[in-house]
Amino acid sequence: MTESNPSPHRSAPVDHSATIKASLKRRYRAERRFRWYGRAAIAFGLAAVLVLFVDIISKGHGAFKTTHIAVPIHYDLDSLGIDSINDNQQLALANWDALFKSGMRQLLPEASGRSQRRELYRLISNGAGYDLKDRLQANPQLVGQRERIWLLADDDIDTYFKSLRDGEPYTARVSDQQIAWIDQLYASGDIATRWNRNFFTRGDSREPEQAGIWGAVMGSLFTLVITFALSFPIGVAAAIYLEEFAPRNRFTDFIEININNLAAVPSIIFGLLGLAIFINFFQVPRSIPLLGGLVLTLMTLPTIIITSRAAIKAVPPSIREAALGMGASKHQMVLHHVLPLAMPGMLTGAIIGMAQALGETAPLLMIGMVAFIVDIPGGFSDPATVLPVQIFLWADSPERAFVEKTSAAIMVLLAFLIAMNTTAVWIRKRLERRW
Amino acid sequence: MANDNERPIPGASVGEQFQDNARMSMRNVNIFYGEKQAIFDVSLDIGQNQVMAMIGPSGCGKSTFLRSLNRMNDTIEGCRVEGQIAMDGQNLYDEKLDVVELRARVGMVFQKPNPFPKSIYDNVAYGPKIHGLAESRVDLDEMVESSLRKASLWNEVKDRLHQPGTGLSGGQQQRLCIARAIAVNPEVILMDEPCSALDPIATAKIEELIEELSENFTIAIVTHSMQQAARVSHRTAYFHLGRLIEVNPTEQVFTMPEHELTEGYITGRFG
Ligand SMILES: Nc1ncnc2c1ncn2[C@@H]1O[C@H](COP(=O)(O)OP(=O)(O)O)[C@@H](O)[C@H]1O
Ligand SMILES: [Mg+2]
Repeated sequence: MTESNPSPHRSAPVDHSATIKASLKRRYRAERRFRWYGRAAIAFGLAAVLVLFVDIISKGHGAFKTTHIAVPIHYDLDSLGIDSINDNQQLALANWDALFKSGMRQLLPEASGRSQRRELYRLISNGAGYDLKDRLQANPQLVGQRERIWLLADDDIDTYFKSLRDGEPYTARVSDQQIAWIDQLYASGDIATRWNRNFFTRGDSREPEQAGIWGAVMGSLFTLVITFALSFPIGVAAAIYLEEFAPRNRFTDFIEININNLAAVPSIIFGLLGLAIFINFFQVPRSIPLLGGLVLTLMTLPTIIITSRAAIKAVPPSIREAALGMGASKHQMVLHHVLPLAMPGMLTGAIIGMAQALGETAPLLMIGMVAFIVDIPGGFSDPATVLPVQIFLWADSPERAFVEKTSAAIMVLLAFLIAMNTTAVWIRKRLERRW
Repeated sequence: MANDNERPIPGASVGEQFQDNARMSMRNVNIFYGEKQAIFDVSLDIGQNQVMAMIGPSGCGKSTFLRSLNRMNDTIEGCRVEGQIAMDGQNLYDEKLDVVELRARVGMVFQKPNPFPKSIYDNVAYGPKIHGLAESRVDLDEMVESSLRKASLWNEVKDRLHQPGTGLSGGQQQRLCIARAIAVNPEVILMDEPCSALDPIATAKIEELIEELSENFTIAIVTHSMQQAARVSHRTAYFHLGRLIEVNPTEQVFTMPEHELTEGYITGRFG
């Protein structure tokens, strides 16, 4: 047809191609612009994250090291005022501070007089006596021996000593005498910053140099175990029921609207709810991970239900038909086909929910997880605090040494989050690999 | 709805609706989606080891009718079936009948190949497993092999039984679905446009397979291709706007249709 009469067809496309060419330029320009918007957005996001990380790390890295003073210790039962180290009652009453006090006098013999001595002893953390007690109990063969041991310095000394390096010594809380002693110790190599093991092994303390994050880490861990163990199965079961089994009617519509609204409720309301239901009605003790887990479950459930339902909806209907057509019961269809295919999506929801729960502070404040807790929780019913609350508490403390602890705690929280998400993503990948 | 059409549609169907060796028999079947009626008063037998083709313009209710034969319509909310659909004298819509058992006896192959996202082996083994048909692992292996052989797929997949079924070509996937359906040894196999997503070579293979399967199974196949109906079926039923217009031996439908609507359709005047 076209061969027989080509001329009228040939002229028309030339006009078109000019218009198309003109519009092409515009279209490509729009596309390039659009791409640049995207790049700018990503660059902005990355810059924000970078600034955040640099700020936190530069402030917090100092907390991983803390100032120690090398003190000669003589484990002398006479100065302790006891005659045996096997008697717990005697151990409890012994004068443990005497050990490092005499060591300090030996280290800086020129300190004389009561007030000077008191200043001298204040170079060392007031928890040092207990550390020495623990050491002697663990190594009874040390009785009567002498050793040079690195003891924790007081937090004011720590702050001053670290500030020396920045060129702006922070002298507000140290005396001139103490500064002179520190110079002397520095010259003799008896003062140094060393790896802060306590930070990763201890609970909170009023004394910044003794305060550790481990209590909050364990508190967060126990709380999240409860949250996951409750919210994941309940959320998935609810999602499966609503998607696969529930009849469509007013009642289920009502439930659906409510779940969607719950996801948008401010988290402190869940804290109030937990206070009213779990504490006042069910008499669950305050401040324990079990309670925190229950409250965070309430908060996490909507997220998990909504994402799980989306994951179930995304399973192609043809798979359901295939299963039903083979004579699978509905329950088998769900268990054998829908659930495995939806699981990666459900896990994504769980990751989001758990990350939210990990960072949540407000509802936990309502249920007493803000208490000052020194002991490291050993289970679900030991009083505990969690990482974000610990950060809040430290950020709120007046001692300058808590500033770097706060940033260090944020780093631990981020590490916790990354570890948790990496595990979840790894599990999800493994499930996905089954095609 | 039917009465608005220019051509008056007769209430009764023409042709040989009934069979002496009926495997499934449908009497006065009406199917509704909510208020809307999709199938009007269809009566029809499908004979033992017959291949029954169902043709007709799209939207005329072929799939709806086919899906009522193994109660797949149960899964559609608001779908209601009236009348009698019986297999070996037992009404399928009887309250006492177990739909899971029914679907083991009446298998189905769908329009789009839908293998499970599992291995080839697990696809075929699924039916025997859930119905508890295999007594041992060896038993199950045998069932899988014989089903794949019957579906003419064994030679192509025997070396990769444990690779995903979704990695096969479209035609192979559809044959895998057929193997999966026959693994539970059903009495009837329903196929809803099984070749519409396949290329001509894959289609030819499936058609060949249908011919072989008809030795052992009763088959009802919906197709939009008249050539396919002519090639594979023994009897052909022509549907129009929810009614069964004509059902006759296939050669007759394509050479001397009894009804003018059938003639119109097969000569391409509408469709
Ligand atoms: N799930 C459904 N809900 C409501 N109406 C439907 C549904 N499925 C099919 N129908 C209607 O029923 C009629 C027959 O459809 P169908 O059986 O799919 O036709 P065919 O397979 O012959 O193309 C059509 O009018 C269609 O719109
Ligand atoms: Mg159809």
